Amino acid sequence: MNKTDQLYQEVILDHNKNPRNFKELASPTHKAHGINPLCGDDYWISIQVENNTVQDIGFMGSGCAISKSSGSLMTSLIKGKSTQEALDLKNTFLELIMTDCTDECREKAGRLKVLEGVKQFPIRVKCATLVWRALEAALSQKDQAISTEN
Amino acid sequence: MKSVQKIRQDFPMLSTHMNGHPLAYLDNGATTQKPQSVIDAITHFYRDEYATIHRGVYELSQKATQACDDVRAKTAQFIHAPSIDEIIFVRGTTEAINLVSHCLGAYVQPGQDVIITGMEHHANFVPWQMLCIRNGANFKVIPITDTGELDMDAYAKALSENTAIVAFGHISNALGTINPVQEMTMLAKKAGALVLIDGAQAIAHAPVDVQAIGCDFYAFSAHKCYGPTGIGVLWGKKTLLEAMPPYQFGGDMIESVSINKTTFAPIPAKFESGTPAIAEIIGLGAAFDYITKLGFDFIQKQEHSLLIYAQEQFEACLPCIQVIGKAKHKASLVSFIMEGVHPHDIGTILDQEGIAVRAGHHCAQPVMTRFGIPATTRASMSFYNTQEEIDRLVNALEKAYRLLG
Ligand SMILES: Cc1ncc(COP(=O)(O)O)c(C=O)c1O
Repeated sequence: MNKTDQLYQEVILDHNKNPRNFKELASPTHKAHGINPLCGDDYWISIQVENNTVQDIGFMGSGCAISKSSGSLMTSLIKGKSTQEALDLKNTFLELIMTDCTDECREKAGRLKVLEGVKQFPIRVKCATLVWRALEAALSQKDQAISTEN
Repeated sequence: MKSVQKIRQDFPMLSTHMNGHPLAYLDNGATTQKPQSVIDAITHFYRDEYATIHRGVYELSQKATQACDDVRAKTAQFIHAPSIDEIIFVRGTTEAINLVSHCLGAYVQPGQDVIITGMEHHANFVPWQMLCIRNGANFKVIPITDTGELDMDAYAKALSENTAIVAFGHISNALGTINPVQEMTMLAKKAGALVLIDGAQAIAHAPVDVQAIGCDFYAFSAHKCYGPTGIGVLWGKKTLLEAMPPYQFGGDMIESVSINKTTFAPIPAKFESGTPAIAEIIGLGAAFDYITKLGFDFIQKQEHSLLIYAQEQFEACLPCIQVIGKAKHKASLVSFIMEGVHPHDIGTILDQEGIAVRAGHHCAQPVMTRFGIPATTRASMSFYNTQEEIDRLVNALEKAYRLLG
């Protein structure tokens, strides 16, 4: 497989064309905006947390295939997980695409492995991490749940 | 007639490879490649003739001073400025516009209008916006049409006695539109306004005659006309430059300094504080020589035929693409969006094919907003590009669409 094909694998192309959870929640408990001013990637993450569990999560906005498929995979994997598990997965993902990660990390990353090809395109790494950074920002507003009303 | 193949040999970068393919360099709007003669002029200066200017009584320094003065004269000739004292060396277009917007600070009164257009690069947008905020002036942005041309009716209507300054690009970097600068200047002068033209995208592609245009200031960067980075030119009318306060203070720009009083040197030195980019000035001179030798007749013919070819190929082979910017008078660039495919992904796929294009908002976010898009992909041509490179671009775009569209 050449580098381009490694980057744009079938799974990624599918998530780009049909992004899962591509929506904005009506009354999320947590919300954050992620933008990449350099290329114009721009997403809102909205999350519904109950009893420390991600009941529902959506992402909405526009951007490249890498950022969109990353958002689609992220939201699919995180729904139903505890907030701690969500943040752990975020760390695993960052390790996967920003370091010479271990096989153990790859194992933990599971389906996110399809994004590892991004590593070979340093300027695209930010595209893949954008939604995850937004997830982190949203969940870190622990005590001050943001409603759509303010 | 010089052959393009022969001309390409003047540019060492054009025979390099990128990602295993011969480099197809189609990002000339961002910056141009350098001919060997420019590289040699800089190397020769550093290796055999290097010294500072103005300060040394020794021969080397006098020669360096002379070399810079020669380039100043060459610059005046290149843009048909009436006096070499009106040529100010700056870091680039950005600094030139900041200089003018800063030094005209006292000229713009609260409640007056500063007018720009909706197709400006941020470098010719934000300095004026900030000036208006500082001075309590009105910041007016003239809209552009669906084809990416200036709405001339709106422009004419916006001008009035209340207009202090009008600033606009000669050629739009995001759309390729060649503005009717002469007519725009004439209308602005009639209203009594000062006119600054951002010539960043024009200087390499069309002969510039500041006197025929009739503007007050003209700015450009050397790196976009085959010269080095870090050097550019602000041309301004003598009377205005003389009336304006200095931009920065320091060495070279003073006449005399004492504890009680400092007086400033006459122009151009007044605006050139500190040790300048001497080697870069010399490189710029070599770039002018190169362009002059090639001639704008050849350059314009070549670049126009590349534009026509690219437009035909896009139309014939790429129905998935929508060109943004369809001005009647257009520079040799194609800015476009592809159905369902983000410019960033296109940029990566082209990169893997050895094709360098720009993907993004081109430092012209208001233009993107106007067309309701986040970004475009832009292929911008120079006389050294070939139809074969356009073919490669079209093939790679077809591939991108097959993959991601
Ligand atoms: C129209 C226009 N104006 C201004 C600039 C800024 O030029 P520089 O970055 O050389 O100062 C550019 C460069 O991209 C440009 O295209």
